[in-house]
Amino acid sequence: MRRLALVVLTLWLIAPMVPLAIWSLTQSWFFPDLLPAQWSLKSWRYVGSAASGVLPSLGLTIALSGAVTALSVALGLPAARALGLYRFRGKALVELLIFAPTLVPGIAVGMGLHSVFLSLGLTNSFAGVALAHLIPTLPYTILILAGVFANFDTAYEDQARSLGAGRLTVLRHITLPAILPGVITAALFAFLVSWSQYVLTLLIGGGRIVTLPLLLFNFTAAGRNDIAGAIAMIYILPGVLILMITARHLTGRNAAIALGKP
Amino acid sequence: MTEVTLAALTKRYAKAAQPALDALSLTLPSGKLTALLGPSGCGKTTALKLIAGLISPTSGQITFDGQQVASIPAEKRDAVMVFQNPLLFPYMTVAENIGFGLKLRGIAAVHIRQQVAEMLARVQLSGLGARRPADLSGGQQQRAALARALIVRPRVLLLDEPLSNLDAHLRGEMRGLIRDLQRETGVTMVVVTHDQHEAVVLADQIALILNGKLAQFAPPHAFYDAPRTEAVARFFGGRNFIKGDVRGGRFLCRSGPLMLPDGIADGPGTLTFRPENARIGIGENALSGVVIGKEYQGTQTRLDIKIGDQPVEISLRNQDAAPLEPGDTVGFTVSPENLWVIRP
Repeated sequence: MRRLALVVLTLWLIAPMVPLAIWSLTQSWFFPDLLPAQWSLKSWRYVGSAASGVLPSLGLTIALSGAVTALSVALGLPAARALGLYRFRGKALVELLIFAPTLVPGIAVGMGLHSVFLSLGLTNSFAGVALAHLIPTLPYTILILAGVFANFDTAYEDQARSLGAGRLTVLRHITLPAILPGVITAALFAFLVSWSQYVLTLLIGGGRIVTLPLLLFNFTAAGRNDIAGAIAMIYILPGVLILMITARHLTGRNAAIALGKP
Repeated sequence: MTEVTLAALTKRYAKAAQPALDALSLTLPSGKLTALLGPSGCGKTTALKLIAGLISPTSGQITFDGQQVASIPAEKRDAVMVFQNPLLFPYMTVAENIGFGLKLRGIAAVHIRQQVAEMLARVQLSGLGARRPADLSGGQQQRAALARALIVRPRVLLLDEPLSNLDAHLRGEMRGLIRDLQRETGVTMVVVTHDQHEAVVLADQIALILNGKLAQFAPPHAFYDAPRTEAVARFFGGRNFIKGDVRGGRFLCRSGPLMLPDGIADGPGTLTFRPENARIGIGENALSGVVIGKEYQGTQTRLDIKIGDQPVEISLRNQDAAPLEPGDTVGFTVSPENLWVIRP
């Protein structure tokens, strides 16, 4: 049953990628051929060349999503702790406001944000785009971490302090080990959500911050299915890697198995 | 050895109508075991956390050997708290848990290993140091938690309901261990409990807290022999309260005059005596009434008696109580040294 679930899940997620993979390995693929008549690595060579700008864009996207992930977890932890552990007046309103960006269309948020960032001088910059990405990533980070904190007994922290542990030691040796699985999940989510941003990057980055999805869209719009296919293969890599790591969890297996241990 | 003094210690939580702890003043004697006793929700755990420094008082002061500790954070106060749950850190082995406090104090690994081994042996956990806490039984976890606190040789050891999560047969064992460890180390120990029997067996001194206030602070026997208020007597199982007046060493009430022990001043008061101090028969200090209820309790039999309209309760040996049935008139005596007068 679990094996079947894994197979279905894999097919469902991987099958749509197959045509892209094939496109990246040919220059010409016409209807009604099932497979291209000729294969070629030309688009991959172009993607690897300096002229295409794919590699710098890949680096930029990794740096951006990495920074957004770090910020998202750092900002999300205190908020999630408050939401997960305490009851306070107006908590429902705070939750609604935090999760609102997931309900409002990105383009609406982006347009409004653009005028604010313009006056703050944050447009067309890496920092501005990173801040903008926090809007869609933070709700997920906070939601996941709040669930983790709801199951965390703060008496462990009191116990450690009483035994002589300062606040940093408590955080490092008691709190973090307890919430680490949740932090990793939240970080993966934040990374993927940031990685897949298009509209916000386009609006706030103003064409200066060219992340991989923007580049991909350029080539798609230009009708270069071969190059778009190759970039798409690179673009889906983090998602596939994360899926492979977490698939065992989704199908109910232990993470240790995913790492190749019996 | 540290003497802990609480001066008008008050803790009020936001929005709460009543303070959790109301102007508690108490001196916990150095090197002794003091029990903070009271019903649940009376503020005893709050008092413990205040001493440990885990929460701050709304007002009042705490001193260790005359030195104010308000500005000393919990991690530097050396007043180690052991919680109701063992709270062993699940990511560490039992030995790592016990050595945690020493590691924080920068003790060399080799010394930690040696001290942990000694401590494991002392709490009968030898050979279990490499296990994970989850692999220990409840009683073993509780002993490991006690070892983890004791190994750092704290100035004050604070135990919050240490026996409440244990099965009945493990309680006696754990109680003995706490008692022995306190005597061996001479640490000033405070045990919070809601169980008066536990407090009586464990403690040198008992502080009874009722409604956030100190009701009585005395050695265990005083709560039976000389309760300060009716509420204190009731908490310790007192059931007999007869209103009247003291005149010239005698207690005058509707049931008749009763001889009192020496040294009780004249004035109005409430007479009280323990149910188990009544003896069947006639003689000095005799009372008589009608049996209205009888309950066999195994080692003894309880009789509910009405003297006029005054209900009292006495405990008799089973053979003494055997012939008595509800409706019978019974006479009994309570010798003067077993009488006590509570002042209004």
